[in-house]
Amino acid sequence: MNNISVEQFYSFCAQGKLMGVKCEECKALYSVPKPFCLKCNSKNLSWVQLKGVGKLASYTIVYVPHPSFQNEAPYILGVVELEEGVKLLSRIKNVKLEELKIGMPLKIDFEKTEGNAWPNWVRYYFKPNLTENNIL
Amino acid sequence: MKVLASIVSAGLSKFGKLDGLYAREIFAEAAKEAFDNCPNLNPRKDIEALFIGQMSEAYERQGHIGPLMLNWSGLDDIPAFRVESACASSSVALRVGVMAIMSNMHDIVMVGGVEKMTHLPTSSNMEILASAADFPFEQWNGATFPSLFALMATAHMHEYGTTEEQMALVAVKNHENALLNHKAHMQKKISVEDVLSSKVVSWPLKLYDCSLISDGASCVILTKPELAKKFTDTPVNIIASTQAQDSLNIFERESLTTLKSIKLAAKEAFKASGLTPKDVDIAEVHDCFTIAEIIAYEDLGFCNKGFGGKFIEEGETKIGGEIPVNTSGGLKAKGHPVGATGIAQIYEVYLQLIGEAEKRQVNNAEIGLTCNIGGSGATATVNILKRGD
Ligand SMILES: [Zn+2]
Repeated sequence: MNNISVEQFYSFCAQGKLMGVKCEECKALYSVPKPFCLKCNSKNLSWVQLKGVGKLASYTIVYVPHPSFQNEAPYILGVVELEEGVKLLSRIKNVKLEELKIGMPLKIDFEKTEGNAWPNWVRYYFKPNLTENNIL
Repeated sequence: MKVLASIVSAGLSKFGKLDGLYAREIFAEAAKEAFDNCPNLNPRKDIEALFIGQMSEAYERQGHIGPLMLNWSGLDDIPAFRVESACASSSVALRVGVMAIMSNMHDIVMVGGVEKMTHLPTSSNMEILASAADFPFEQWNGATFPSLFALMATAHMHEYGTTEEQMALVAVKNHENALLNHKAHMQKKISVEDVLSSKVVSWPLKLYDCSLISDGASCVILTKPELAKKFTDTPVNIIASTQAQDSLNIFERESLTTLKSIKLAAKEAFKASGLTPKDVDIAEVHDCFTIAEIIAYEDLGFCNKGFGGKFIEEGETKIGGEIPVNTSGGLKAKGHPVGATGIAQIYEVYLQLIGEAEKRQVNNAEIGLTCNIGGSGATATVNILKRGD
């Protein structure tokens, strides 16, 4: 049983793993769970671990926050293009505003959320991938 | 060119901060205008169904607004449908109304939209509006509506060299137009400098790049084309009404600088009507944020991809330009009571095509287009309207 669900995606996050899903028929890859392949309509998809590294594709600095992030504002939100070619939206942390740059190398990390109100999922975020920086 | 349905009357409430008035009273104001302007219509006898767009019951803790709005329009008994598609709720309701007419299920229907927003603080508005974004993968990670469009803006600036000044010009133009519209929420001339120095909401978007949180309602009366002349000498015909979707979240889309849903809906609308973007005399497009209007120019085919910034800079979309866009003031300055917006766009084009747009009238407008999007563009609708004979 594949158990492809949002809940399972975040259970993997709690284990420190970023998992995507891959279509076993046409090999299409998705960054978030889905039961049908959008390319070939196959229902035969399975979890595949992603490396959790990529590049910043776009960003914004959020000054008027989502109410759940009141204490973090201003925070950086980015679209990250993962090495495998798929994208995720995520907060970008541990980076100075003046160092923000489209194309900068990033890697994933995870953090627990406070309280136990639903959904209480472990959150992912991205931070500069310094090993990559040294190579560049 | 096939006429799908005809608009024989329309109504719009005042847009703005309507203290002490709730959705039901605001919708009644729009309905009253539509009925008053159509003396040959007997609403209780002639109208066969109501389709009403509204984004969120969270605003007034009030669900089930179909029968409520029916009652407050002085109607009773007939079927009422609430349609939800975030900011595109009422333009999607319009398509449902068009389907009801085209299927021969009904001869005459009323379509409208309403939202009451200004009684709640900004933080509640941020949360309610964000509910149109993907919860586990966008909201949970801190996405707000301005932030999603800001991600598109940053990408557009990077890819095409679009500037903050060009985005500001959209706000300047729409504020200027709103000064000619007494129903507009904002009545204030602004400069590019005002926009650039306003408070940053989600960089690169500043306060004046963002549309307004407003109260308001809109409605139109639709009939079968062959019945239109019974009710008015100046019907406006809907000759295309299309809709397309994209992923709910922005990160699964192929591009951050194009709204595929707009492109698909526009392509189909132009094909259905046999027209091209060059034939459009006037347009109301979804300027929830200034970057959205620039992307709409490009994805509707008013200019080439990447040239939206130039297009506004050259004044092509001002009243008197090549194709006036958002003569009403747009979401930016007329206001954006989300559920009312789609039909409010139709209302403006209707006024322009019957020559009743007062000080902002575009000379001899014959073909008008509306483009309304829901959320960050997971839904888009395009309507093409033509002045009736
Ligand atoms: Zn597949």
